[in-house]
Amino acid sequence: MSSSPAVAAPVAPASPLLAQLKSTLRGWPVIAAIVVIVALVLMAIFAPWLGTSDPGLIDASQRLKPISAAHWLGTDAFGRDVYSRVLYGARISLTVGLGTVIIAVSLGLLIGVVAGYFRWADAIIMRVMDGLMAIPGILLAIALVSLSGASLFTVLIAIAIPEIPRVVRMVRSVMLSVRTESFVEAATILGTRVPLVMWRHMMPSTLAPLIVQGTYIFASAILTEAILSFLGAGIPPETPSWGNAMAEGRVYFMLLPGLVLYPGVLVSLTVLSVNVLGDALRDALDPRMAKRV
Amino acid sequence: MTQTSSSSAPVLSVRGLTVQAGHGAAMRQVVGDISFDVHPGETVCIVGESGSGKSVTSFSIMGLLPKGSLTPTAGQILIDGEDLLTATEHRLRQLRASKVAMVFQEPMTALNPVQRVGEQVDEVLRLHTPLGAGERRKQVLAMLASVHLPDIERIYASFPHQLSGGQRQRIVIAMALILKPRVLICDEPTTALDVTTQKQILTLIRELQQDQQTAVVFITHDFGVVSEIADRIVVMNSGAVVETGTRDTILANPAQAYTRMLVSSVPSLIPRHRALHDAEKVLEVVKLEKVFEEKRMFGKGRRVVAANAVTFSIRRGEILGVVGESGSGKSTVARCVVKLIEPSGGNVLFKRKDLAGLPAREMRQMRQRVQFVFQDPYRSLNPRRTVGDSLIEGLINFGTSREAALEAVTRALVLVGMTPDAMQRYPHQFSGGQRQRLCIARAVVMEPDVLVADEAVSALDVSVQAQVLDLLEEIRQRTGVAILFITHDLRVAAQICNTIVVMRRGEVVEAGDAMSVLGDPQHEYTRALIDAAPGREWDFQNFRPVAETLALAAAGSSPPIVVA
Repeated sequence: MSSSPAVAAPVAPASPLLAQLKSTLRGWPVIAAIVVIVALVLMAIFAPWLGTSDPGLIDASQRLKPISAAHWLGTDAFGRDVYSRVLYGARISLTVGLGTVIIAVSLGLLIGVVAGYFRWADAIIMRVMDGLMAIPGILLAIALVSLSGASLFTVLIAIAIPEIPRVVRMVRSVMLSVRTESFVEAATILGTRVPLVMWRHMMPSTLAPLIVQGTYIFASAILTEAILSFLGAGIPPETPSWGNAMAEGRVYFMLLPGLVLYPGVLVSLTVLSVNVLGDALRDALDPRMAKRV
Repeated sequence: MTQTSSSSAPVLSVRGLTVQAGHGAAMRQVVGDISFDVHPGETVCIVGESGSGKSVTSFSIMGLLPKGSLTPTAGQILIDGEDLLTATEHRLRQLRASKVAMVFQEPMTALNPVQRVGEQVDEVLRLHTPLGAGERRKQVLAMLASVHLPDIERIYASFPHQLSGGQRQRIVIAMALILKPRVLICDEPTTALDVTTQKQILTLIRELQQDQQTAVVFITHDFGVVSEIADRIVVMNSGAVVETGTRDTILANPAQAYTRMLVSSVPSLIPRHRALHDAEKVLEVVKLEKVFEEKRMFGKGRRVVAANAVTFSIRRGEILGVVGESGSGKSTVARCVVKLIEPSGGNVLFKRKDLAGLPAREMRQMRQRVQFVFQDPYRSLNPRRTVGDSLIEGLINFGTSREAALEAVTRALVLVGMTPDAMQRYPHQFSGGQRQRLCIARAVVMEPDVLVADEAVSALDVSVQAQVLDLLEEIRQRTGVAILFITHDLRVAAQICNTIVVMRRGEVVEAGDAMSVLGDPQHEYTRALIDAAPGREWDFQNFRPVAETLALAAAGSSPPIVVA
């Protein structure tokens, strides 16, 4: 009975979100996924010290060589070292993934918060988002890249823009549901200014779904970048990216399947791992979405 | 009261029922060693506060415990000598509806929203009897008539959302009773309903019970309801039976301290305070109007007048109660006063300054003077922030330094009966009553002139409710704050209000001194509300019927109004 005041459960004061996150790291698929992602990140960061040579170095005498001591994964049609290109390719892919997440989530959060709080902005913003969603993402990206020329930055923007509407929709729906919560109204009555109410009381509710959405965007961005490069509409061909490597290796697939296989396997592994992690985070952060066991 | 036929064999007999939660080594007892009997035609009330295990008990009788998480581990539940706990799933299905039926708290969720209610009642007959379609329809219509539904042909073909809350509950009752079960379990069947509807439903259950000699198990937290319908009472607390006895023994002569505490916590309907006529007016609401308009792309949307020419004023140190049933517009008025919603017309004068037309920037400056306590303590504190951060937020907004704010909050926490170490914790680590104390502290620390409490004690158990009411009274005496107290519960209003405003459909029907409004109501609606208040024949604080109190008063041996 609460006649004895402040006798609460003897739990150490812990933020509920942290406690939920801790329970995420259970089960071997999640641990395996984290190991793969960490390994890829390390690979990308330490690429120059992992026995690689210049990934752009063309050596006409060494074209299409199989695996050897000098070239651990053989060479491609221009005599470039495949092992080095694959390792440096991880840098490009992870940068694209991370960059897309940052751009899409920050813009999406901003627009979604405005749409979810100010009723007058809602109608306009959401119709624009509907319009964006009606165009297939890949087509939009190809159009954007061909308009502004191929570079890492334009590719990033081109991949990020089609992802924004989904983030906006999600943030908006969370904001709409949380704005009628008593603690948000309470903050207004305590005289808290509107931007602070949004920042302090409303936006934290979007954090958990944003983390989950972020992992999916990350995976899909890596895939989209590979597709764009493969179609020749992506990052300039001399840059070592997994998509470029696969596009160039396609012609020699019968001769040296490894040219397509090595970057292909890495793309699949990365996307799979990030998705597994995303699923686990979703289950942990939003128990209602979890699969019934 | 129906005659207790204790000589006949009990129709329902619960013996040593134990239910445990979880499985394996992590088993935890939820309900332990519960035993009681129910005889034909008898009403047994299971009373207890939230978490006492009363609903788990009723769900066990229906065999509706969620599989895997709650398991009965010991005891028997006998219906006419047949143990339900060992019955097969097939046998249980036969027994449900034919021998034991249930009425749930929220009729909207108990009915299928996409099926006509007549067909839903018909389904019970179709599954359990070999009758043809024509005969079934005749029986369903007869049943609808016997639960006193008007225009039964139309109701038969209606969907649940087309009916009122009371009508829906009548449908659920019709469904439960159409096979004339031996036992009817009612789990808080009137809690979601207004008092006037509640009275009708209670009368209906009583009437059908007498017709069919049904044994009724009535789960409730409301002693008012208990005093009206119970033959015998089972008092539960934290998963165990505290006390069992006839209605008069439990209410007039409870043996256990816990029961005494519960019964005496029920607020009296006799008002305790008089209006303060000479204090300064701090808040005046003048012809306040709020119209909700449905926006449509074409044509005009529905217009709902939630408040119409509402006028009242509160003086310093006064508690003004706004009472009324759901949809009366009392919450709308409260939210207009603090400008959570914009009034459509009229004035809200705070110390002669009109808040209604104030632009947002100036309104923010006035926020400190008018504070609010919400109904649901589980939703009114930000779950992600420590209690301390939530409580100092208001003071910091108005330029108090962090240290000074923390100091003020420490004092406020002591005032509401909490210890200052609460500040480092998160809201989920507190009970409902404690959280409501924290919310009150958050409002009080702003040193407001007016405190608006919107159903602030409605979500709390009766013993906790009594504590929070005492706390509000104490704060009023210490700080002289004026309180606008919104409630649907006349007992609560009688307990702490100086003046009372009765609202119906957005309009004030009666207003005045609490003693005169409750003691000598002028408007028929006020009279109907008071009439419908459950348990008004019983003086709970003094453990005797009101008639006895009055007789004693007449004899001059005891003061008529005992201020506890």
